[in-house]
Order: sequence, then structure tokens, then C-alpha cells
Amino acid sequence: MNKTTIIEPMKRLTSSSGFKSFTASLVSIFIGLLIGFLIMLFSSFSISGAEPFMGLAYLFAGPFTAYDIPNDFGNMIFYTVPLIFTSLSVAVAYKTGLFNIGAPGQFLMGTMMALLIALNINSTGNAVQGVFVWILAIICAAVAGLVWGLIPGCLKAFFGINEVIVSIMSNWIAANLFTWVFSSDAMSHLVNTGAGKSGYLITTTVTGNSTPDWGLGSLTNNSYLDIGIFIAIIIAVLCWLLLNKTTIGYSMKACGANKFSAKYAGINDKFNIMLAMAIAGALAGLGGAFYYLHAGIEIQFKSVYQILPDYGFSGIAGAFLANCNPIACIFSALFIRYINASGTNLVSVGYNRYFADIIIAVIIYLAGFTTFFQNVIWRLFKKKKIKKAVETPPIEKGGPDKMPEDIDVKKEENK
Amino acid sequence: MDLTFIIHATIICMIPLMIVALAGAFSEHSGIINLGLEGEMIFGAFIGCIFCRAMINGNAFGAETANSQWLFIIAMIISAIAGAIFSLLLSFASINMKANQTISGTAINMLAPALVSTFGLMFFNSERIVSRASFQLSYSSYGNEAFANAVKNNSFLGFFFNEVYISTYIVIALFIFLAIWLYKSKIGTHMRSCGEYPQASASVGINVSKMRYLGATLSGALAGLGGFIYIATQTGTEAESSVGGLGFLALAIMIFGNWNPLWIALGSLLFGFLKCLSVIYTTIPILASLPLPMYFYNMLPYVIVLIVLILTRKKSGCPKAEGIPYEVGER
Repeated sequence: MNKTTIIEPMKRLTSSSGFKSFTASLVSIFIGLLIGFLIMLFSSFSISGAEPFMGLAYLFAGPFTAYDIPNDFGNMIFYTVPLIFTSLSVAVAYKTGLFNIGAPGQFLMGTMMALLIALNINSTGNAVQGVFVWILAIICAAVAGLVWGLIPGCLKAFFGINEVIVSIMSNWIAANLFTWVFSSDAMSHLVNTGAGKSGYLITTTVTGNSTPDWGLGSLTNNSYLDIGIFIAIIIAVLCWLLLNKTTIGYSMKACGANKFSAKYAGINDKFNIMLAMAIAGALAGLGGAFYYLHAGIEIQFKSVYQILPDYGFSGIAGAFLANCNPIACIFSALFIRYINASGTNLVSVGYNRYFADIIIAVIIYLAGFTTFFQNVIWRLFKKKKIKKAVETPPIEKGGPDKMPEDIDVKKEENK
Repeated sequence: MDLTFIIHATIICMIPLMIVALAGAFSEHSGIINLGLEGEMIFGAFIGCIFCRAMINGNAFGAETANSQWLFIIAMIISAIAGAIFSLLLSFASINMKANQTISGTAINMLAPALVSTFGLMFFNSERIVSRASFQLSYSSYGNEAFANAVKNNSFLGFFFNEVYISTYIVIALFIFLAIWLYKSKIGTHMRSCGEYPQASASVGINVSKMRYLGATLSGALAGLGGFIYIATQTGTEAESSVGGLGFLALAIMIFGNWNPLWIALGSLLFGFLKCLSVIYTTIPILASLPLPMYFYNMLPYVIVLIVLILTRKKSGCPKAEGIPYEVGER
């Protein structure tokens, strides 16, 4: 075999931006786990019976060290679904130059609408009706999230008000609305009056409108796994297609890159801002619906107004770990939940479950260093070329303040 | 209906919000979006709480009464230092590593609660750390009997010295000083220029990295201080892995105040009043007679802020270079 036929594609692969950002992500994950191990090592001095090496192994193994592996694995996938949706929500908005910090509120509005429909219509014993009510609940949840996302979108488009402040405010309005609606007298028949339950709603198990699971739940030792993950993946792919293969997506991204030049090129920036926030809101609303429509997932509506759901803010982490690429959001959400799943297992080697949270936070912190890691990796691959460039600095580009290496980097990236 | 009580309740809601919003403004004026305010608050509150607990258990600073103002002041300083150190994570990522500041801030917001819960469980066997400290000043807490009687009987003195926290006065003084410093001093002006056009600042010999480090670190210190004041005045000096979304709220107040300290102070006053209204509305006869639930009054501050924003929209005072890593030689 000719030597160049192998080397040329390899060279092309290693110099592509996707490969660089992928290796940079791997590096940040590796360093994150290393720091996590160091934290476990140091804290093992103050915890009797803690085993740092076992802790590291448990972290790597994620859900695969549990007593009941299929169950843990199924639950991990189930908990990933709403995170994929909120990550997509943040990512789509960010591609249009908007920071959607309002995902918790949109998530709650979606949950509220879905539960209002799925809990008020009783379809026990009628599986076909149950599926239709479920579809209706999902659609209404998306619409509710869309409306809630349009609030910051419209205020941004028509009044020029910063979307961050409107999102934060609308989060708390949604949280209070949620508790208000479900604690009103008209909705008192939805409250779970069972023993030991205070402030909980009944679940979709009672009304028979829960998410179909096609036997996936029993396949994984009665975990929460259902068809939500397939729909999440389909929607992530649709988002990717929208952003990368359609005119609408192109104009949305153009608005994100530079609002003024997009406007100059004849793109309606107001419409695109509203559209992006509407899509983001609908996605976050879907996340809420897919989580709480599952049979047996209950919500304590009495405390919703005090603290915003965690899923909304984790969505920011998921989106940025994926560099706001919709397809990558699936994997980043899966990764976060994979490490999360090891949290409960860490208890058996002496660490509490928040160690997993620390390690996720460190990895997300390091994910911000991609530019730095990319440069380091680039230097490792291109050591020879740099030397050449230093010997004969190209003079056609760049000012006197630019180092020869920098010029070479830019030229390589332009190719 | 007691007007003094309403004002005191408003101030208690307003003070942490005001100082943390100023923290956000400091960071953004130097060119760094500090999304990690919430995390820095949690961390500052946590360290301050641990310090109080240790001091009370060790009977230091006359703390055996668990109501020592010296302990309060020193704990405030400690929590500010803790917040400043914690914020170095953000500065390092966004200045040296040129990272996306949104992701660094989010990471800090995730790291702080995880750290607090982890160490709480490791050392105190609880995710919630109780310190038994209470720092409220009332007439019974003054040693001087003549002064205590004066505070008790004179409504004017009572307004300023009865059932208040010393932190209120410290924060107001600090706020005024820092706001003037940011706009009138040489370093403050240099710092703001780095948030507007760092390349121009560098061309006249200002060290952009140093200025951004200064802005972000001051921001972290103020956020840590605000976090500790929040737990000391509103939750009975108990630290946990949350400050009730106050960091994000402060960020919103900062945008509401158009990045300007004066408007930030007025914005937090408005918000603090509306917030305290949702707690005390049952004591106001007109409001109590309305058939509206608590949730309506909880919602009210957020709705009114949005309405005020729509009515008073004006040119944004947002620093132009915020969120953009500084590259030497870029034009």
C-alpha cells in the first residue's frame, strides 16, 4: 500500500476543526477526572474507609457498578431526556445570539400544561385514548413553552430589552403560577391525598395517560426508560437540520453572528429573534412534559415556587459542553448523566454523592478551555511545520505585532 | 400598621441584592460577564457560616452570647475574601485561558453548591450548616443601659438602632464609596475603559489583564459578602447549597439598573419593597381583603419590573467589550 494514501486522509482528519474540538473535549474530560481523583485522594484523609482508587473506577463505570445495572442504566437514559431538551433549548437560542436563561420557566410551563391535560382526562382501561391524550399533552406543553419563550423574544424584538433579565423574571413568574394553578380549588382533585403525601400531585399512572414505553421499562428491570429518548434524538437531529440545512436556520445563525450585517443583508432580525426564542421555549417545555408525563414521576407542586427546577440550568452546561451543536447535545447530556449515575454508587466506597457533581462542574469548567487545548494539540501535531515557519516567516500577511506561529495557525485554519 | 417595620423589612430584602448587583456591575464594567455570582454568593455564605460556627464553639470574639458584632464584621471580611478567591476561577478562565465566560460562570454556579454539600456532609453530617449565630441589634443587646433605654423609647433612635443589622450601614457606605470610586478615581476609569474598548486602553499603557482581574476579584468579594449578609439576615445564619436564585436576580437588577450604580440602588429598592410586600401583605387591610393568594404577591415584583422596563426603555449602558476575551494586537 502506498504510504501517502494513509497519511493524507489522516492529515486531513487531524487538521479538521471537528477533530480538534473533539480531542480538546476528551482532554478536558480526562483532566476533569484527574482533578476529581485528586479531590477524592485528599478527602480520603478525613473520611475513614474511603478508597480513592475505587472511587475513580466507580466514576469511570457510571451506572455499570450498581447492584441492579439494567435498572440504573435505564434510569440514566430517562433522566437524560429532559436534559437533552433543555440543552437544545439553550443551544438553539445561543446560535441566534440569545442567552436563554429562561429554560427553567419554560420547562415549568410545559410541565404545567402537560399535567393539566394528562391528569384531568381519565383514560384508564382505554389504551388508544391514553395515547391520544398523551400526544395532546405533549403538543400543548410545547405550545405553553413556546408562549413562555416568546415573552423574552417579543420584548427583545420590539422593545430592545435584554433577554436575560426578562428570562430571569419570567422564570419566577412561571414558578409562582405553577403553584398557584395547582393549589387553586378547581384543581384540588389532582392533589394526591394518599398517606404521607403533602403537596404532591397524582401521577399519570392514575389516569392512564403516561408516556408509552414499549416494554423498555420491564426490559430494564422496571426502570423509568420510555420512548422519550427516541423522540429526543429525532428532535435533536431536526434542530441540527434546521440550523444547518435550511434558509431559516441560516438567517437565524446570521443574526447570531452579527445582527447588524444580517439586517443589512435583508434578514428580518426581529422575526428571527422571536422565532429562536419560540423554538427554545417549545424545546424546554417538551423537556418538562417528557419528564413528568412518565408513570410514577410525581411533582411536589407546593414547593415549586420556592426553587427553580435544576434541569433548566443544567441545560446551559449541557449546551456549552456540546459547543451549542444540537447533535453533540445528545452526547453531552448523556455524559453528564453518566457521571451523575455514579454518584449514588460512590457512597459504597465512602464518598457522598455530591463528589460526582463536583467532577461534572470541573469538567464543564475545563470545557471552556477548548481554545487553549486546541492550540496545545495543534502544536503537538504540527511541531515540524512551526519550525519551518520560524525559519522563513511569511511576510504577505499580518502586522509586526504578530508572531510567525500565529500567522501559520491562521493560514492553516483558512484552508 | 407600622411604617418602621415595612422600611426595615424592605431594607433587609434590598441590601444583599444591591451589593451583589454592584458586584455584577464591577465585573461587567471591566469586561467580564460574571454569571457565577450565585456560586460566589453560596461559597462566601458557606465560608462565613463555618467561620461563625467555629468561633462560637471556640468562644472567640466574645461570641459566647452568639450575638457579637465583632464576629459579624470579621465574618463578613472572611466571606468577602472567600468570594474573591473563588472568583479567581472565573478570572483565570476568562482572562488567561480566553474561555467562554458563560460556560465558566455556569461551571462556578454548579461547583459551589456541590462543594458546600460535599463538605457539609463530610464534616458536619448535614447538607445544611447551622451556626447558631444571630446578629440582630435590638435595644436589649446594647451594654450601655442609658443608650438602650433611649433606643427603646425614642422612635427616631429606634429607627436606626433597634432591630437592624450593622451590615446595612456597612453595605450602604461601601456601595457609595465603590460607586464613586468606579466613576471618579483613576483606576476605576481605567477599569471601565477595559470593558468598553480594551485595545484603546492597552494603547495608552493600561494593563488590560490586571484591570480585568481587579474587576472580577472585587466582584467576587462583593458577591461573597452579599451571600453572607443574605444568610445572616434572612435565613438565621444557616448555609446551604442555594441562595434562592438571588445571584441571578441580582444580575437582572444590574441590567434593570442599566449597569449604573445609582439606578442599581433604586432598582433594588423598588424590588426589595415589592418583595417585602409579598411577605407582609396580610398586615395591610386593603390588600388582605382582596381575594388574591400569596402567589400573586410573590409574582408581583417580577411583573412590575418587566412593566417598568417596557415603560422606561432607554439606550443600553451595557459595556461594549463585555464577554469578549482580550487578544493582544487585535483591532
